[in-house]
Amino acid sequence: MTAHLHIDWTSCDGRGLCAELLPGVLDRDDWGYPVARGKAGRERTDVPLRDADREAAREAVHLCPKLALTLVERTPPEPEHRMPGR
Amino acid sequence: MSPDIRQEHRLLAAGPDADWAQHLAAFGPWEPQAAATGLLEALAAAGLTGRGGAAFETWRKATAAAGSGRKRLFPARPVVIANGAEGEPLSFKDRKLLAHAPHLVIDGQLALAAALGGAGMYAYAPAASLNRVQQALKERPGATKIRVVKAPDTFISGESSAVVNMIANGSALPRDQRRRLSEEGLNGRPTLVVNVETLAQVALIARYGAQWFRQAGTAEDPGTRLVSVSGPAPARDVVLEVPGGAELSAVLEAAGMDPASLSAVLVGGYHGRWVPPAAHALSPSGPPDRTVRPGAGVIHALDRQACGIEVTARIVGYLASQSARQCGPCMFGLPAMAAVLNRIAGGERNARLAPELDRLGRLVSGRGACRHPEGTTGLVRSTLEVFAPDFRAHLSGYCTGQGGAAA
Ligand code: SF4
Ligand code: SF4
Repeated sequence: MTAHLHIDWTSCDGRGLCAELLPGVLDRDDWGYPVARGKAGRERTDVPLRDADREAAREAVHLCPKLALTLVERTPPEPEHRMPGR
Repeated sequence: MSPDIRQEHRLLAAGPDADWAQHLAAFGPWEPQAAATGLLEALAAAGLTGRGGAAFETWRKATAAAGSGRKRLFPARPVVIANGAEGEPLSFKDRKLLAHAPHLVIDGQLALAAALGGAGMYAYAPAASLNRVQQALKERPGATKIRVVKAPDTFISGESSAVVNMIANGSALPRDQRRRLSEEGLNGRPTLVVNVETLAQVALIARYGAQWFRQAGTAEDPGTRLVSVSGPAPARDVVLEVPGGAELSAVLEAAGMDPASLSAVLVGGYHGRWVPPAAHALSPSGPPDRTVRPGAGVIHALDRQACGIEVTARIVGYLASQSARQCGPCMFGLPAMAAVLNRIAGGERNARLAPELDRLGRLVSGRGACRHPEGTTGLVRSTLEVFAPDFRAHLSGYCTGQGGAAA
């Protein structure tokens, strides 16, 4: 059971407030959207957090203008769904 | 000499366009509800994996949905959705199955829904298959509870959360998946989205048992699967039923192609990967130098005259156009990848293009509400590997294939 920061990409508009609040955790990509530093695969959508980052993550969740962030206190969902196009 | 992969028809055993009477004549009378007891155990023993692409174990998916329905304060009735959407342009095996063996799919759905304590049922299929499905539902007793919903003809329309979204809201766009569909899907109910071929396999396992199922295929990849095989003329598009673990070269030969005349084969479809035409077995797991994931069973061969980079550039352009444009990395990243590939295919001499393609792929992967970015990235990565000599040739100003723009 670890805390994860879940990013809802369908809501995020890439203005980058979260990356400012969590500079050690999130970087920004070419278009301004958050990228989890040093993570690969689905850990870039459900970003595992160190305890030290929890407080700042909570703040980011509150301040995200698009309500695109959630703190999830459990193992993140496995990608059980089918590939698109199928 | 490749092992013989000829497989007697299991899924299409009732013959072409089998109606209810032909279905009964081929498989015998049967009561799906009575097969519900012990069905999930039989599926586990059979080792059936989903035939829609992700190859997830069917019994695990079903057990998760059954469990989360029961865990609640007010137990929620689960839903089983038969997914016949086939947005992938190179896939046609589900269409063929629904045309010729709709009753086997319905059998599987009725049995699985009964095993989940009487789950609600939907059939989701594209316009081309809808009439046949509706006709089959009318023909037989007990199937009127299955509601039919039309799937739009978009690449993304078969993604599980898009399926649920379409049935709930009329828009076939993937949803953010903070919760698993098996916990909270259609109208908050535990939801199983199951490929139609998977359901037909469920019906056969329910009738004949796990041991019978395992008489075909390998221990790691038991049973059979349908594959949609296409390639350069004069080869015709065919659907074959092949045993698990089949050699790719044997499948190509069975479809009337000579592996030696091909430059590469796209396996798994637009979200799959290119492999050389020999020395790979079709299996959802195994070392990547000897096995290739069949995904939804798409096999598309390229002849030596075609330019793999051009073909991939066209596919990635298409995938970029099919992005649901909900998620930034997908909406901007995929067109950027397509643009770089097009510049390479067009013969631009710029040593930075290949590393840029690689960088963009790494930038978008894992970031989206669905796996469209990862799938696209995987395809591009395999292109860089399999067509490495062509990339070098293109980047120094000529194309080795005759169809290339830089020739
Ligand atoms: S603050 Fe919210 S909307 Fe802005 S970039 Fe971060 S997640 Fe996206
Ligand atoms: S990742 Fe792409 S295709 Fe998938 S939901 Fe987001 S925008 Fe749509």
